[in-house]
Amino acid sequence: MSAPRWEHFEHEADIGVRGYGDSVAEAFKQAALAFSSVITELDKIEPTTCLSVECEAPDYDVLLVDWLNELVYQMAIERMLFSTFNVVISGCYLEAEICGEKASQQKHQPAVEIKGATFTELKVFQNSNDEWVAQCIVDV
Amino acid sequence: MDLNLFTRRDETTWEIPAVGNMRVPAIIYADQALIEAMDEKVYEQVTNVATLPGIVNYSYAMPDAHWGYGFPIGGVAAFDPEDGGVVSAGGVGFDISCGVRTLHTGLRADQIALEKDALADELFRTVPAGVGSTGHIHLNHKQMNDMLKGGAQWAIKQGYGFDEDLERIEEHGCMAGADPSQVSERAKHRQRNEMGTLGSGNHYLEVQHVDEVYDEHLANIFNLHQGDVVVSIHCGSRGLGHQIGTEFLRLMATSASKHGIVLPDRELACAPINSAVGESYLGAMRAAINCALANRQIITHLTREAFSMIFPGSHLPLLYDVSHNTCKLESHVVDGEKRKLYVHRKGATRAFGPGHPEIPQALRDAGQPVLIGGSMGTCSYILAGTTESEQRAFSSACHGAGRAMSRRKATKQWRGSNIIDELAHRGIIIRSPSLRGVAEEAPLAYKDVSAVVDAADHAGLARKVARLIPMVCVKG
Repeated sequence: MSAPRWEHFEHEADIGVRGYGDSVAEAFKQAALAFSSVITELDKIEPTTCLSVECEAPDYDVLLVDWLNELVYQMAIERMLFSTFNVVISGCYLEAEICGEKASQQKHQPAVEIKGATFTELKVFQNSNDEWVAQCIVDV
Repeated sequence: MDLNLFTRRDETTWEIPAVGNMRVPAIIYADQALIEAMDEKVYEQVTNVATLPGIVNYSYAMPDAHWGYGFPIGGVAAFDPEDGGVVSAGGVGFDISCGVRTLHTGLRADQIALEKDALADELFRTVPAGVGSTGHIHLNHKQMNDMLKGGAQWAIKQGYGFDEDLERIEEHGCMAGADPSQVSERAKHRQRNEMGTLGSGNHYLEVQHVDEVYDEHLANIFNLHQGDVVVSIHCGSRGLGHQIGTEFLRLMATSASKHGIVLPDRELACAPINSAVGESYLGAMRAAINCALANRQIITHLTREAFSMIFPGSHLPLLYDVSHNTCKLESHVVDGEKRKLYVHRKGATRAFGPGHPEIPQALRDAGQPVLIGGSMGTCSYILAGTTESEQRAFSSACHGAGRAMSRRKATKQWRGSNIIDELAHRGIIIRSPSLRGVAEEAPLAYKDVSAVVDAADHAGLARKVARLIPMVCVKG
């Protein structure tokens, strides 16, 4: 398994998620891993059940917010946590398979519920290493 | 923050003159230590809000202000629809109508002391808390719409509480102008199983006792005496409010330019009050206010059930219920003229002064109760709205402590189990489904709520009435 290429960054009240990748899709996948690990440790989530999601936006920035908010929505209605993400992006249209399992207070000890991804510190860009970076603050 | 950025009007009033695109000046209320410790982002955000169309008087920040989304948390701003004024989803926030409700218990601290563990267990068993918890109430389509129209009045009709609860809730428990048809199916879907749940993060239910009274006269009117036990519930509109916030933030951010609005920060997403988007948001946001009021009403009912198991025959009437993430149409006097304004309070509590018709009759002489939640294991405060708060900040005060440290730093510094042990040693019983959640909410990760409340009192935003010390805390 390749090394994680995501991180959290500081926000006074909430938390920032940032993913890196050789493509936008990879950076979005890594941002989703950062996102899930706000709630619990990723290795506690077994990817036993998969769902398909899609979203479309006018630009990459809004697409990232839509993508993470789609995860918020699926977590809420399916009562699941997700740890595996296969993301395909063409233009500003995203399709993904997201896999995880039902949330369990005993097993996952989820720390917080994410209310939504925000436009704060929202950026999708290529850094000086030619890596794609996808980041924003999530409200918890 | 650099004090040279401000003109200091008095000890707790820090003014930022209108420069650049600011339409009005900005004011932060705080003492010197609080303002020095405040994030530079508060300055940026409070001045950004001052650039929005139709803003009246000043863009304000309360003493607990911290870095938010577009608006600072602790931000207050009023907009005039007749002057192109806007309504902002970011100015209300994701947790629409998050607020605090305090109940009397008729019990004294020494009566609770021996039963604290049993009471903590019963409350934790009865009130669903934490990520992924579901309530016992599942709403179909019609029930959902009725709840979104009716708020706490709906909940009471379903048997969750008593008619006399309503007079102690803002808007008499039902926000007028709610339009369930403006609430998306996704938002309703998220709420289907979440009625009567506390949520997570900084949301809690606390059993507290009054340990200090600052103003005997006001405390008597509020029926608070040293040693009295109360229950405070802090939560909001759950998944429904979060989804509405998410959807309208995106819609307003991407449509602002169509309305000719230049946003210094996309998160300041807003729309003219008199526009289709603005009206649609107001209808949905008011429905979310009703959702929060219904939710706190159901949790009140569950709390009463839990208390009656441990203290048979106990009676828990409301002191008051006040929200701190809202936009409300209110009358305010500006330069001697009465105007109808849309007042945004993002992490700020309404604080109407004595005599205001919105205040329940029995409390009207004292001013509106202002319920301030502290962090887990520290104290909370009850204040009363003042007459001068009207002129100071459209009758608004602070809402809580405000974080001083990020969640990440908190989890590096503390372990949840240690915090629970330490608080237990001090007589405070914690019940939570998540140890990491407890660590993230560590008491010292927050600002000193006492300093915040003292600054609000000094600034005349609200008057200190009593301090509450926690005995039992159920954390989401």
